[in-house]
Amino acid sequence: MSAFWHWFVVIITLVFIAVMVWLFVATGKARVPSGTNKEGEETTGHVWDEDLTELNNPMPRWWLWLFYGTVIWSLIYLVLYPGLGNFGGVLGWTSEGQYAEEMERATAQFEERFGELSQRPLEELASHPDALRIGRNIFAHNCSTCHGSDARGARGYPNLTDGHWIWGGEVEQVWHSVYHGRQAVMPGFGGALNDQEVMRTAVYVQQLAGVPVDASLAAAGKRHFDMLCAACHGADGTGNPMLGAPDLTRGIFIYGGSMDDLRYTIVNGRQGVMPAQRDLLGEARARFVTAYVLSLNDDRGGASSNGSRDE
Amino acid sequence: MLHEKIEKNVTLLAVLIVVAISFGGLVQIVPLMFKGAIVEPADGVEPYSAIRLAGRDVYIAEGCYNCHSQQIRPFRSETERYGHYSVAGEFVYDHPFQWGSKRTGPDLARVGGIYSDDWHRLHMIDPRAVVPASNMPAYPWLAERVVDGQAVERRMRALRRLGHPYTDEQIENAASEVRGVTELDALIAYLQGLGTEWTGQRAAPRAGGDS
Repeated sequence: MSAFWHWFVVIITLVFIAVMVWLFVATGKARVPSGTNKEGEETTGHVWDEDLTELNNPMPRWWLWLFYGTVIWSLIYLVLYPGLGNFGGVLGWTSEGQYAEEMERATAQFEERFGELSQRPLEELASHPDALRIGRNIFAHNCSTCHGSDARGARGYPNLTDGHWIWGGEVEQVWHSVYHGRQAVMPGFGGALNDQEVMRTAVYVQQLAGVPVDASLAAAGKRHFDMLCAACHGADGTGNPMLGAPDLTRGIFIYGGSMDDLRYTIVNGRQGVMPAQRDLLGEARARFVTAYVLSLNDDRGGASSNGSRDE
Repeated sequence: MLHEKIEKNVTLLAVLIVVAISFGGLVQIVPLMFKGAIVEPADGVEPYSAIRLAGRDVYIAEGCYNCHSQQIRPFRSETERYGHYSVAGEFVYDHPFQWGSKRTGPDLARVGGIYSDDWHRLHMIDPRAVVPASNMPAYPWLAERVVDGQAVERRMRALRRLGHPYTDEQIENAASEVRGVTELDALIAYLQGLGTEWTGQRAAPRAGGDS
């Protein structure tokens, strides 16, 4: 604040307080009565509506002292806390400082309790009851809006409990997905394929997933698949976790496996996003939540069920 | 007598009341209008692009501010959940600001980038599809309504008069930028930008984060 505004605030504030004190001192005194009413009591002298008068009573003392009390309080406050322009108060309080202190305390507490724990290997955390309890809470607050409170996902959001991993189920891969996020980049092929061709390709994808379909349509679709889709999803359609290309042979389609859904996906592409938790959660919490996600799979049959890990 | 004079003259009484209550405003509001950190944009904060401006209008028209605030206060309980607390310089291009005063839903000051575009699309059309316990109303009609490019252009001209540094080029291109864009697209563009521009925010102001 410039010097002008500093003094502007200081002077108005202090003059205002002084004027208020003067006003109450001046008007708080008992006044010379200016008249009497019908009962012979002293009044302030003026009369409304023919016979309404105001008794000449001074302001109640308790009320007046309360007022002086607030004045004294305001002066003490202005000395201790920021209020008078650039004067920061003798306590040196700021809202930023209070916040920083609060955070420092919490960080120290967190470090003391969980700092060492958070740095243990993720494999170990995935079976550590304390780590999992923290991880579950973090998951409920941050992840469940998309992946569901039971982590079984929703349309467009993968199920984290079925051992089917789009970006890989190795500890390091899951950590990367959580901490650095993922951005899927399936392009749309609406320009490359006409409606007929899209439909055949979708039929072939259904065949890959084990749905009984018209073999001749699927065979026609396979040609398009080999040309356009195999680069990422693999010639056999089992996907590539390096690219986030899902395995199409397991019948699990996060965007839906119906003809309409598949056609939409082929025409428009899909750009699923997993937001990076690095800036949102920080490392320690991201480790706990990763451990929790890993544990969801171990609970459901252990590493042996995670067939896609090897691909 | 002075007392009687004031009491019997309504105009004089009103004038004196205004004078008496204006002191607080003079001290608390007027100096802030000239304070750099409040009237200057924070580092990285730019005027809204045409599409985001259109989305902001949708936000206001649908009354989102009734249930969502856009101000994160400097308390740990807030920053743990929403990110770095808000600073004044982030709102210089908000006319009017959308701070809100009630949180039936979560604060949105830094909602940008937290969810994917697809998530927002699903969520606007049917909030229960992604958040089963949500009590937010559905806004399916946003996907069908198209943004009026001329209105966006006029709005940008009006904002330029208020001091937003839009260039002639930006204003001329506004209508073509939002051509065919639905209200839902515009709203999502607005939401995805919220709170992301200020470069001064610490990345992880959370306990146990990277040190």
